[in-house]
Amino acid sequence: MSNEERKIVLPSQVLGDTKSNRAGRGTFIEDGRIISGKLGILNANSNYINVIPLKGRYEPTVDDFVIGVVEEALSAGWLVDINAPSPAFLHVNEVPWDIEFGDTEKYLNRGDSIMAKVTQIDELKKFQITLKDRNLYKIKGGHIIEVEPSRVPRIIGKKGSMIALIKKYIRCRIFVGQNGKIWVDGDTESIERVLQTIYKIESEAITFGLTNRIEELLKKDAKDVR
Amino acid sequence: MKVDIKLIDDNGKRLDGRSTEELRKIKIEAGVLHRADGSCYLEWGGNKVLVAVYGPREAIPRHTQNPLRAIVNARYNMAAFSVEDRKRPGPDRRSREISKVISEALEKIVLTEQFPRSAIDVNIEVLDAEAGTRCAGLTAAGVALADAGIPMKDIPVACAAGKIAGQVVMDLGKEEDNFGDADLPIAISPRTNEILLLQMDGHLTLEEFNRALDLAIKGCHTVSEIQKKTILDKYQSVEGVE
Repeated sequence: MSNEERKIVLPSQVLGDTKSNRAGRGTFIEDGRIISGKLGILNANSNYINVIPLKGRYEPTVDDFVIGVVEEALSAGWLVDINAPSPAFLHVNEVPWDIEFGDTEKYLNRGDSIMAKVTQIDELKKFQITLKDRNLYKIKGGHIIEVEPSRVPRIIGKKGSMIALIKKYIRCRIFVGQNGKIWVDGDTESIERVLQTIYKIESEAITFGLTNRIEELLKKDAKDVR
Repeated sequence: MKVDIKLIDDNGKRLDGRSTEELRKIKIEAGVLHRADGSCYLEWGGNKVLVAVYGPREAIPRHTQNPLRAIVNARYNMAAFSVEDRKRPGPDRRSREISKVISEALEKIVLTEQFPRSAIDVNIEVLDAEAGTRCAGLTAAGVALADAGIPMKDIPVACAAGKIAGQVVMDLGKEEDNFGDADLPIAISPRTNEILLLQMDGHLTLEEFNRALDLAIKGCHTVSEIQKKTILDKYQSVEGVE
């Protein structure tokens, strides 16, 4: 994120015209003018005008890592809630196990959590996910919390700097899904501290110098620094 | 029924001391419920309305899904304690009609084609009623939708005009609604002035109608400014933009 002033825009606000700019995410065009379609922060990037939403549902893009909760086991796969407008489909061919037809319930059932990757989105916004990749598996143990999906980039930080920071000062395992679900594992005290840190990042997501402030906070009550 | 109540006094002031082109006092607060995706609390004169927005999420039952766009389900409900005599709880003819017209008004401004097969639920609870609850509800729904981060073309806004004691006036109060000659609630998209909702109760001549419509549109723009200011204030303070 750049250091220029962050301007909050409302739906219906006119942001520019199509002659000198192009309409990016979160905007639409009407009568040659680019208009904001969302409540968000204005972001101009190489003549694209974008609106980065402050709130709202997760909008999947291909290759996103997400954390999902199984909603229903069908005979040919599972329906998984990934915080999107509709559930994603996980086909039996997309899991690392060899499953007989109709035996899906033995492997994943309602309420189970998985780390998955978005593989396909069709024009009807039907989402397909997979478990066949590195670091994708069924989650056992740990703790899942939910944050606003628009805050995920801030929690991860530039090239994972924020997550690296948390891992440096607190002994824990963290996995951040692009859909705003975060899995944390460790002892009770560590989890508690991670949650506090993440909620602080979430509430102060668009302020400046956040990484430094979080580092100071973590340093203050750090026990074993690695 | 003959009523000897003077709705406009000799100085041109109304029962609550307003002039003919004055709105009642409006107070809006965004993001008041933390479990809902978006919410809004609105006070408009004696009306108190709470709106919660959920979604977009999968439309249930499945046969209501539209494969090309999202559906907007607005549910207008009056609390039992919102009126003088206790209102029998549950949907009735009137609240179902208002739910329908508000759903249709909101469907026009939400960018529904971005969420096929989904539903956006808008729950409008009227806690205290004093004429003009559908306008108050729709105005609050607009703020709550923006607060929920739902993509839309504009923030919808509603306002009413009417005719009392032979004069066209803005935003009817309770007695004016009960004993007046006509009520014209409208909702518009303030950027384009498109009409999203228009209902009329009573009789107006064509000239009176045109005058009332202009007045209501003017009122909508005033309310729209309050809506926008509310949302901006809320997010500028919460996000601590430096």
